[in-house]
Amino acid sequence: MPSAPSIVRLPGAGAPRMAPRALPRLSFPAGLLLPLIAAAAWEFAAARDWLPSNLLPAPSAIANTLAVLARSGELGEHLVATTLRVAAGFAFGVAAATLLGALCGAVPLARRLLDPSIQGLKSVPSLAWVPLFILWFGIFETSKIILIAVGAFFPVYLALAAGIPGVDRKLVEVARVYRYSTAALVRRVLLPAVLPTYLIGLRSGLALGWMFVVAAELMGASQGLGYLLVDGQQTGKPAIVIASIVLFAVLGKATDLPLARAAARALRWQDGFKQHAS
Amino acid sequence: MLTLDRAAKRFPNGYLALDDISLGIGEGEIVGIVGASGCGKSTLLRLLAGLERPSAGAAAYGGAPLAGPRDEIGVVFQEPRLMPWLSVEANVAFGLRHLPAAERNARAGETLERVGLSHFAKSLPRELSGGMAQRAAIARALAARPKVLLLDEPFSALDAFTRLALQEHLLELWSYDRPTFVLVTHDIDEALALADRIVLMRGHPGRVHREFAVDLPRPRSRTSPRFLAWKEEVLRELHVTAAAGRTAIAAPLLRAAL
Ligand SMILES: Nc1ncnc2c1ncn2[C@@H]1O[C@H](COP(=O)(O)OP(=O)(O)OP(=O)(O)O)[C@@H](O)[C@H]1O
Ligand SMILES: [Mg+2]
Repeated sequence: MPSAPSIVRLPGAGAPRMAPRALPRLSFPAGLLLPLIAAAAWEFAAARDWLPSNLLPAPSAIANTLAVLARSGELGEHLVATTLRVAAGFAFGVAAATLLGALCGAVPLARRLLDPSIQGLKSVPSLAWVPLFILWFGIFETSKIILIAVGAFFPVYLALAAGIPGVDRKLVEVARVYRYSTAALVRRVLLPAVLPTYLIGLRSGLALGWMFVVAAELMGASQGLGYLLVDGQQTGKPAIVIASIVLFAVLGKATDLPLARAAARALRWQDGFKQHAS
Repeated sequence: MLTLDRAAKRFPNGYLALDDISLGIGEGEIVGIVGASGCGKSTLLRLLAGLERPSAGAAAYGGAPLAGPRDEIGVVFQEPRLMPWLSVEANVAFGLRHLPAAERNARAGETLERVGLSHFAKSLPRELSGGMAQRAAIARALAARPKVLLLDEPFSALDAFTRLALQEHLLELWSYDRPTFVLVTHDIDEALALADRIVLMRGHPGRVHREFAVDLPRPRSRTSPRFLAWKEEVLRELHVTAAAGRTAIAAPLLRAAL
């Protein structure tokens, strides 16, 4: 219907554009309050000798241990070793999960063939793979990275395999009316619609990656935070153990933060009851 | 131009939603489809849109069997169905993927202006009221400039004033280059004000109960005696179908009770 004859004026035509609702900001300072207070109380108690320092050293002693490790360059090596393992395992796990998840989500035949097996494998507690991986891939990097990949795989796979069939049929139909090709349908409708679940899957996958790197490094490593944990235990240095735990918390949070930020940005369109980037 | 020939639609659950529907829609015609809720109006429109295949009989466009959606046939669904992640503007341009970006934007902007949503071009669907969302959905269909536009109760979520304005707008479009409209509506006034022909349906299974060729001269006054006489006649027939529908529903209950 080329160029309409005239313009119909309707209510709302003169209304100003609404300001988009402000996103809830990440309230980092408020979130830090509790750990800081806890640390202060702990320090105070330790200074009064209320706590057994051979089991629960003061925060200052832990900080000191960290500083010593950092100065010797040892800390950096452990951090890099662990982070690289998580990065590699996460990358492989996510790549495989994205491929298989998209396949099973979008192609019913693939779903019928593959999904039951994958779901079956999912119910094996992942740590049960450890002995097998060690037998197959040895005690070195390969088995560790595969274990982490297995951990990251399932949440991401599930997000896609369950998320894609859950996309609103009515929106898919709109794309059909405008005769979108399958590729265009995937890119313009399915992907954006499934992005929220996918990002949640990625975040859970990353959290599991951090969990599994500990298991992987506990089973034998000469470097990494998990090794540091074992070392602290065997040499009877609780400060080192607690320092490693704190470092895990910091690393986990630090790597989750960009994903949480990306999720908050990508999901601006969602009309949720209060969105939190936590 | 768009025809159904003895078409029936049985859903996979066995429910016969439409039975033996023959309907021809001529080029440049405005056809109103009225009938009680659940009588199969949306299903009929989905057959015409090529979104469903008839389980018996045939649907055809321009003499050729209708195998699926076509560029010439646009649809406004009963719900807005906007992509929640796209701005209003991008939603309106959703069906213009084949055009170069500049033309696409120009056309989306122009169509938004027509439905009075220019100021909300950059808003997200969740920031729109129900009526505004429906106007955006109408704009999306209009922007693609289909030859036939199928509208499923497009104005039922709108206030009386906006509804009148958009009805006028449809008529304006129509007087300009005579597209074909098939308009499902609950509103007899709307059907009488717009349609050349009114198809009255009755349900369970959905059939054409009666067709009225509305011979009112345009522009139509909604208060003229002839308009009111037409309204009375259509309403009377509608009551007949409603009574038929009630007995159709009541009969199995009665049988069960005996
Ligand atoms: N996918 C489906 N599967 C089974 N039954 C269906 C399906 N879609 C619709 N129906 C049934 O077909 C009948 C007609 O539905 P339809 O949506 O066409 O009604 P309608 O006339 O558009 O109603 P309304 O005015 O309320 O929109 C209804 O009884 C409904 O329950
Ligand atoms: Mg309907």
